[in-house]
Amino acid sequence: MRQFEPSAFTRRQFLWQGLTLASATAAVPAFLQSSALGLPMPVAGASAIPGVPEDHVLVVIQLSGGNDGLNTVVPFGEDAYYRARPGIAIRQEQALALQRQQGVGLHPALGGLKDLYDEGMLTIVQGVGYPNPNRSHFVSMDIWHTADTNATGEGWLGRYFDSQCCGYGKGESGTSDSTNPASQPGIAIGRTAPLAMEGRKTKPVAFETPDLFRWTGQDVHESLLAPYREVTMRTEAAGVAPENNASFLMRTALDAQINSDLIRKAVAQRPLVEYPRTQLGQQLAMIASMIRAGLKTRVYYASHGGFDTHAGQGGAQGSHARLLETYAQALRAFYRDLAAQENHGRVLTMTFSEFGRRVGQNASGGTDHGTAAPVFLAGPMVRAGLANEHPSMKNLDNGDLRYSTDFRTVYAAVLEHWLKADSKAILKGTYRPMRVIRNA
Amino acid sequence: MASLAQPATRLPNSIGRLRDDQFGYDQARHLLWRAGFGGTPEQIQTLVGWGLERSVDYLVNPSRVPFDDARTGKFSSSIYREATEAERQAYRRALQERDEDTLARLRLERQRRERSDREQMREVQKWWLGRMIETPRPLEERMTLFWHGHFATSFRKVENSYHMLRQNEFFREHALGNFGDLLFGIIRDPAMLAYLDNQRSTARQPNENLARELMELFSLGEGNYTERDIKEGARALTGYSFEGNDFVFVDRNHDKGSKSILGKSGNLDGDDFVRAILESRACSRFIALKLYRHFVSDVPLAYDAVPADRRTFINRLAATMLESRYELRPVLRRLLLSEHFYHPSNMLEQIKSPVQLVVGSVRSLLTPVRDLAILNDALDLMGQSLFMPPSVKGWDGGRSWINTSTLFVRQNIMAYLLTGRLPQGYARSAETQRYDSEPLLAELAKADPAAMRDPGKVVDYLLRFTLGRMPTDARETLQGFITGHGGRITGDIITGALMLVTAMPEYQLC
Repeated sequence: MRQFEPSAFTRRQFLWQGLTLASATAAVPAFLQSSALGLPMPVAGASAIPGVPEDHVLVVIQLSGGNDGLNTVVPFGEDAYYRARPGIAIRQEQALALQRQQGVGLHPALGGLKDLYDEGMLTIVQGVGYPNPNRSHFVSMDIWHTADTNATGEGWLGRYFDSQCCGYGKGESGTSDSTNPASQPGIAIGRTAPLAMEGRKTKPVAFETPDLFRWTGQDVHESLLAPYREVTMRTEAAGVAPENNASFLMRTALDAQINSDLIRKAVAQRPLVEYPRTQLGQQLAMIASMIRAGLKTRVYYASHGGFDTHAGQGGAQGSHARLLETYAQALRAFYRDLAAQENHGRVLTMTFSEFGRRVGQNASGGTDHGTAAPVFLAGPMVRAGLANEHPSMKNLDNGDLRYSTDFRTVYAAVLEHWLKADSKAILKGTYRPMRVIRNA
Repeated sequence: MASLAQPATRLPNSIGRLRDDQFGYDQARHLLWRAGFGGTPEQIQTLVGWGLERSVDYLVNPSRVPFDDARTGKFSSSIYREATEAERQAYRRALQERDEDTLARLRLERQRRERSDREQMREVQKWWLGRMIETPRPLEERMTLFWHGHFATSFRKVENSYHMLRQNEFFREHALGNFGDLLFGIIRDPAMLAYLDNQRSTARQPNENLARELMELFSLGEGNYTERDIKEGARALTGYSFEGNDFVFVDRNHDKGSKSILGKSGNLDGDDFVRAILESRACSRFIALKLYRHFVSDVPLAYDAVPADRRTFINRLAATMLESRYELRPVLRRLLLSEHFYHPSNMLEQIKSPVQLVVGSVRSLLTPVRDLAILNDALDLMGQSLFMPPSVKGWDGGRSWINTSTLFVRQNIMAYLLTGRLPQGYARSAETQRYDSEPLLAELAKADPAAMRDPGKVVDYLLRFTLGRMPTDARETLQGFITGHGGRITGDIITGALMLVTAMPEYQLC
């Protein structure tokens, strides 16, 4: 054994791959040995709670920075579009034409998205926004996350989790009911959890890479791991009442270890298809692996940044094109992987950005913060095609597009028709769900 | 562990004082954690030597403790400002004329200012965290943090780092002062006025946000006022605004009509509104309940849901507050002297907030501070970003701090403090300062030099100090860890043992 020197990083060894689950399961009480430890294929439609389709999964992809909707779904039939954007407009012959659609097409970098569209797996919801648009990245993002135009309160997905009381019921971790294993909390790939997933009672799991969703102290010396597992995976403390905070903390610590082992084992599998070597590609590969491993998680969150294209955003090629290409290729690979797993029918993916950009290009060959933009819904369960009209290029509001679709009607559809939840309580208001999910 | 081994005595609901002979190691440790950020073994022994009364008086009289104030003058007061009328006009003209060059220049300028302001906010966060780590007046900082959570205001909306800093200084100035002064001040505080949208509240279009929260969250609690009180209160607060960094009363925007708030009538202004609140029965009780939750026990925020014996104690605190005309020092003094505060059911049962965890660990274990920016990031990951509470309700606290993700961050930030090993998501830094555990063990070495060669005694000493208790299974594991490395007590072995202890679920409690 190496000499014990916690500060000597240069000789540090990374050992977690040598970690075996056997040591974990030995210490884990039976009720916590979720079936997912055995990584079975989930049975479609199976559910512990009658009427709640536990096999339905939602993946949210956030395009951060404000995606230029006009150069994403291109209104090439409009002269006004070309007048406003002489340097960055996409020409009609460059745009990817959409079957049965006139006047609009996709940015040429969105070939992957066009494939999904052709296969009947893509809905493009046009002109999505909200009244009195806010142009601050922070505030507008918070509005989308809270589903509240005052940008206050918990996240909309957090409220969904709260309403389901899945997993961490009553503000507390763990479950004591062996007949009704809790679903996992939502999982976000990133350093911090998005506000959207923060509930009052339920908090998401967030990690940048699963290798960091664990105790990093074990990297200091190999002899620390065994005693660490002993002191953190205790099931009870002598003389401590179960309602005390010490017992609550022990249950959560045990949960954390089990989740950590589960997630890291899940993503250690090789994906069934090749993913692009981009951050978003890797995020979606991890999510696909967790879905394949049968985690009970219902909501995953990924993000793709860099859309704040104030300068030199380019047209058919350039920086915005590269951002779109990264997105489309990752999403394409994701659905290939899911199809190979035979899980694609279970997974709805929603893509949004905090705002679109102004209609006119600016002096730096870019675009500034604007308003309405398209939302994409992907998966075989969607009513494929274009939903709602492209926002008018003539009837502008001080140089900005007017929204035609309130984003909360999209959320309502996802909640009501896919997650089978009561959207009124979650969205704190009545929003008529858009007809975007088939057989809804 | 005298306190835990004792047969369970009933929780005393009186505000009676703890007997002097009952103030020992565990009680001094409890006092340091709850009214401060924990203490070293030496500091605990010092308080035991001082006795209860002197220890409490030291804590509740911060101004008697000299402290070379970390200067805040280095921060700029003018990074961020509202656009002047001329600038607004220029912007409008450029918009109309589609003068893209000018528009781009103006937007770029604005973005640059916003960026510097965010940078300054990060510096102010570091400054405050550093101050909490260094201060010899821990209760002053604990109360400043308490008021920050109580009058929760977030930079995310205010977007003015200097206003946030000024508010922080205001809270510190009145940390253990008079609650009335805090209320009179908060309706003039630029950060709060911006946060709750009062700066544009006019007689014609009153904004109710500040009036509502002033009663619901800041002073009375839900159910102790009517919707009409909110409407009339909002009228009283019209015209309370700010210009630059200073409060201004805009007379032409103020509603001078007759109003009726909480039973008081007349041409009331904001100060009259505050006076009506202070005369309301519910006020002292609500503030006493909030203090009780912060210092004693995580009871429900709804008074009626609080267990009866604890309610009685809270009522006595409220009575003390009224007797002293809202002076807070006598209230905190009685609370910290009380038998109730030291009752076993109130000890080792509070979940440390992220700030308590980080600041308390540096202060009690004497770890290097390492990098304040990284500590601040960890606070964010644990759900307590300073100057950015999640909403006007502040932080929920208690069990809401804990979930599987935050628990790993809590364990990993301890590994970072003890070893310099970086937590989640960072590139390796050059920071390699070694943790020196010798001062921590000095008290044991002084009391029993032979114990330094006895793994069992060292483990018991560390557990009692870090956890306040000695769980049997953990004792065995830790002793096994030390003997597995040959049984010699070296600095590295102590560091390893502390990494294990601070990863334990019980370390999250104080």
